[in-house]
Amino acid sequence: MGETTKTAQHGLSEHSHGFGVPIQTRSERLKSQKLDDFDEISTREEQWRYIGADRLGGLDQADLEEFLGDIETTLAEGVETSWVDADHKLFGSAGIPEDRVAAAGWEAAKAAYLVSIPVSVTDSAQSTLTITSSSKDPAALHIIVEAKRGSDSVVVIDHRGDAILSENIEFVLEDQAKLTVVSIQDWNHGSIHNGAQYAMLGKDSTFKHVMVTLGGSVVRMTPSAYFGAAGGDAALYGLYFADAGQYLEHRIFVDHATPNCKSRVTYKGALQGAKAHTVWVGDVLIRAAAEGTDTYELNRNLLLTDGARADSVPNLEIETGQIQGAGHASASGRFDDEQLFYLQARGLPELEARRLVVRGFLMEVVQQIGVPELEERLAASIEDELERSAS
Amino acid sequence: MATLEIKNLHVSVETDQGKIEILRGVDLVIKSGETHAVMGPNGSGKSTLAYSIAGHPKYEVTQGEILLDGENVLEMSVDERARAGLFLAMQYPVEIPGVSVSNFLRTAKTAVDGKAPALRGWVADVRQAMESLKMDPAFTERNVNEGFSGGEKKRHEILQMELLKPKMAVLDETDSGLDVDALRVVAEGVNRIKSENQMGLLLITHYTRILNYIKPDFVHVFVAGKIAEQGGPELADRLESEGYDRYVNA
Repeated sequence: MGETTKTAQHGLSEHSHGFGVPIQTRSERLKSQKLDDFDEISTREEQWRYIGADRLGGLDQADLEEFLGDIETTLAEGVETSWVDADHKLFGSAGIPEDRVAAAGWEAAKAAYLVSIPVSVTDSAQSTLTITSSSKDPAALHIIVEAKRGSDSVVVIDHRGDAILSENIEFVLEDQAKLTVVSIQDWNHGSIHNGAQYAMLGKDSTFKHVMVTLGGSVVRMTPSAYFGAAGGDAALYGLYFADAGQYLEHRIFVDHATPNCKSRVTYKGALQGAKAHTVWVGDVLIRAAAEGTDTYELNRNLLLTDGARADSVPNLEIETGQIQGAGHASASGRFDDEQLFYLQARGLPELEARRLVVRGFLMEVVQQIGVPELEERLAASIEDELERSAS
Repeated sequence: MATLEIKNLHVSVETDQGKIEILRGVDLVIKSGETHAVMGPNGSGKSTLAYSIAGHPKYEVTQGEILLDGENVLEMSVDERARAGLFLAMQYPVEIPGVSVSNFLRTAKTAVDGKAPALRGWVADVRQAMESLKMDPAFTERNVNEGFSGGEKKRHEILQMELLKPKMAVLDETDSGLDVDALRVVAEGVNRIKSENQMGLLLITHYTRILNYIKPDFVHVFVAGKIAEQGGPELADRLESEGYDRYVNA
């Protein structure tokens, strides 16, 4: 298959950036809760290289509505939810916006939906938040998930319906907390979603994050993991499937600021149809204090048809040599006529051949999640997506 | 009893220099249980014949017929041909990322048979077929052809042939890139499958080497897109000593 693999000597050479885009290292990037601190969106900015303000449905402007859709919950025993004001101590404790659209949502959401997971929740007990909307007025939503010391749980956040939404979600992991988050974006066509997600990992905590982006016209997700203390473990998985005309962007940031933490980033995407466009940017920053860091990030894309485009940019920024390991890999391959011929020559009709390949490719991520019930559910979502893309 | 008939087959391909005719009137009849060797120099159109039978979209049939038990093969899609009982062991099998051998074999078997094989019997069949081809059982967990050596790819092709049980199989240069030991294992596999299934076999090869292990009933010498001469196994022996010069320079 026509595959190109790009690897760079870590710390020695830089990945090429687009012409005219100023180089800015991740450690220098502006963070703010205020919209006005950020410039108007321009494709000259690294964060907005691939998509202009014209496709963001007004999410980059002030005066977003408060989210008026529903948050339907199925909660594990002991998990509590409430709305808290912006002066609550947890507000902004996992992270704050690093781009204009996230800041617009941050400012507009006057309260946050708090999901509190006490220590009594163990054995990966699962809670689900189903976020549905039917309004296409640009809106803002803020969610905070607090995993108390020693708790062990799974939170599924499922986005459905029609929306134009700037969403900020914070995950606060206390010491030794174990939290698995699955964020599913399966909006109807025409929806625009910017989702900034921030995780702060306490001492020896374990954070597993699974991003699943399937539906929506423009979906831009920016998950970040910050290590607040030593011994944290973050595994960030993602899978996405872009159909004709869909724009799906994932910008991952792992900020190693403390010693002896481990991170793994594994994202895979499939693209099919004219102007299906995906962007994956993986930033990993290893600060001077982060000795003993062990990190690896990987992105693979599978282009099923001509006319689709996958951008993939891994960035490693290393400020200390005292690390366990740091690496990345990025490759985009094409499902070509020869592969199709091979599978057809073994009796598979064209549609089934394509499905077999996509299913296998994406399921490699699903199988790493380690929660059988979730794996089944995601496998079913992939089947749905394949069903839809075939019609 | 199955019959594959190729009648006056003309095939062209589109190239940068325009359309070029590669097959110029091929006639061939293969019956169940028969082994036909098609031999010829490089560029004579041997592989084009193989791909045309399987239905590769790059090759355009401009004239002639291919019939399997009287059914018009040229009207069938690639997958319909496979389900009708035709099999092509490829010279250059491609990688299929993300699809394990075990998943692939089972999916192909289901497609060809029209129903999923019973799990227990299937697992045993796969294991046994792999054992006789001297393949490591861990092989099934790997992605199709990904990182396979040349020999592994060829064994994997023959493994598929064994499990899919076609009526007619075309082996396109299956001997190329195999060392003597691997060639023997693969040839034994082909012979065993053939005797079990009474399948018809079309062996496409440049060298006579594989014919020491798989005995042909008929040998066809392919030159410039046509069969230039045909005969029994003795023709292969003559090619072994004389080469193709006699035909090419004729």
